[in-house]
Amino acid sequence: MQTKRTIFSNKGLPYALLFPQLAITAIFFLWPAGQALWQSFLRQDAFGFRTSFVGFSNFLDLFTSPQYLNSLSVTAVFATSVAALSMSVSLLLAVAADRMIRTRNAYTTFLVWPYAVAPAVAGILWWFMFNPSIGVFSYVLDMLNYNWNHTLSRTDAMLLVIFASTWKQISYNFLFFLAGLQSIPASLSEAAAIDGARPVKRFFTIVFPLLSPTTFFLMVVNITYAMFDTFGIIHATTSGGPAQATNILVYKVFNDGFIGLNLGSSAAQSVILMAIVISLTVIQFRYIERRVEY
Amino acid sequence: MVENRPLLTFLSHLVLIIGVLIVAFPVYIAIIASTRASNEFLSGLIPLLPGPHLVENYSRMLSSGVSTSGAPPLGLMMTNSLIMALVIAIGKIAISLLSAFAIVYFRFPFRQLAFWAIFITLMLPVEVRILPTFEVVANLNLLNSYVGLTVPLIASATATFLFRQFFLTVPDELMEAARVDGAGPMKFFRDILLPLSRTNIAALFVILFIYGWNQYLWPLLITTDERYYTVVMGIRRLAATADTEPLWNVVMASAVLAMLPPVLVVIFMQRLFVKGLVETEK
Repeated sequence: MQTKRTIFSNKGLPYALLFPQLAITAIFFLWPAGQALWQSFLRQDAFGFRTSFVGFSNFLDLFTSPQYLNSLSVTAVFATSVAALSMSVSLLLAVAADRMIRTRNAYTTFLVWPYAVAPAVAGILWWFMFNPSIGVFSYVLDMLNYNWNHTLSRTDAMLLVIFASTWKQISYNFLFFLAGLQSIPASLSEAAAIDGARPVKRFFTIVFPLLSPTTFFLMVVNITYAMFDTFGIIHATTSGGPAQATNILVYKVFNDGFIGLNLGSSAAQSVILMAIVISLTVIQFRYIERRVEY
Repeated sequence: MVENRPLLTFLSHLVLIIGVLIVAFPVYIAIIASTRASNEFLSGLIPLLPGPHLVENYSRMLSSGVSTSGAPPLGLMMTNSLIMALVIAIGKIAISLLSAFAIVYFRFPFRQLAFWAIFITLMLPVEVRILPTFEVVANLNLLNSYVGLTVPLIASATATFLFRQFFLTVPDELMEAARVDGAGPMKFFRDILLPLSRTNIAALFVILFIYGWNQYLWPLLITTDERYYTVVMGIRRLAATADTEPLWNVVMASAVLAMLPPVLVVIFMQRLFVKGLVETEK
């Protein structure tokens, strides 16, 4: 690992400097993670009197439980929709903003601020607009003869959380796409234009392929966002319902652990989630070492 | 732009304007709702123009709250949020500066191990280890306290990496010169490294302030005492009334107040915000 050519020679000082960070890491990160791992192999009886070692049976139970499998597929649908929708909207906006010279910064300001809105607050805003009795959008939909009700319809509830999560993520994707577009040398597009390629063709044959590192990076980030950072949106709006239609994995861990008090199962779910985060992080870091090139 | 295509330019403006409107619309509706009286929502049609109750709704929420849904005054919750955001941002920056300094400017046994221990926190967000972390905090008697709200979130791999990356680009000659002049490590850190890191610290502060302010799950677990509620989690208590319709005007007034500080930070420190966002992802 890299250091400086010359270094300070104190013996104790570096440990003292690292101490606060490492102490917090050990107490609040490593120890609980170890606990989760350990508890995932245990089972408590209904009254909390006896705890016994049960091996992998918590995991086996999960993968045979219809609720958990439902939660897995709900998460997959939710994460892919949020990533696809927010990335395509942001790419369109970034391509448009990239053409602007004088107004680019003004548009950027007006587009980036939702990043600062808390997920829970974003959820409340969309929940209000789609409220079945007084919401603006449900009123409009009602005129179009569609009876919107996210407290009853599984599809409506899913759409609601997808819209709220997408809305919040557009600003982030927009900034990274815009930065990616601006780092592509203009000479490439100019050369293609001289060869007679029209804007749409130039975009699909030159700009979009060159943008692929950014696209790939954002894909990983968006999936991570949709899987882990949207807890607030779900909790503040649908609470996982109706009929578990929006019960994503993170919400289920919380629900089973705190409300259902099923420790072993909740711990096993935590372990699975950790495995998912670790693989996403590894993918993200490998990408940073070797960018996707064509 | 390669060539002049008025139609395409027009279309681009159109797309951007529609984008801006879509992005702003939910907040516009929220602001409108927060200026109305609560009985105006009973008609089943939500108004689209501002009403006269703006001052009344906001001052009611800031000073007294809505006691029926168990929500304390917003002024108190916003103070808690501010404390939480500031402590988390400053704490993360402070301990990350120190550990990055140790990792870059010293060579000592277990350096690699320390680096990996910090790195691993990146892979363990609160959401995946909710229950055991809660138990640790409960056993340490930190429930319902500012320490419990902030300290467990202060460890930061991203900030440490950012500063490590930056310290590696600082020319070695600066440190050699400082040593020749007889400066010890802490003096070098304070008088040379810190001033050089100023922009990075500011950019990171913007991002971490937003992160701290917007925490939701953690305060939800740690606080049961109203005195420690933060505003982002408090809104849900207002909105989640069991049988009746929520008081939409005050819910929306709270939502607007809850998003105001971080949004203002992003708008007025846009350059630092973009720098921080891009660099923390490296």
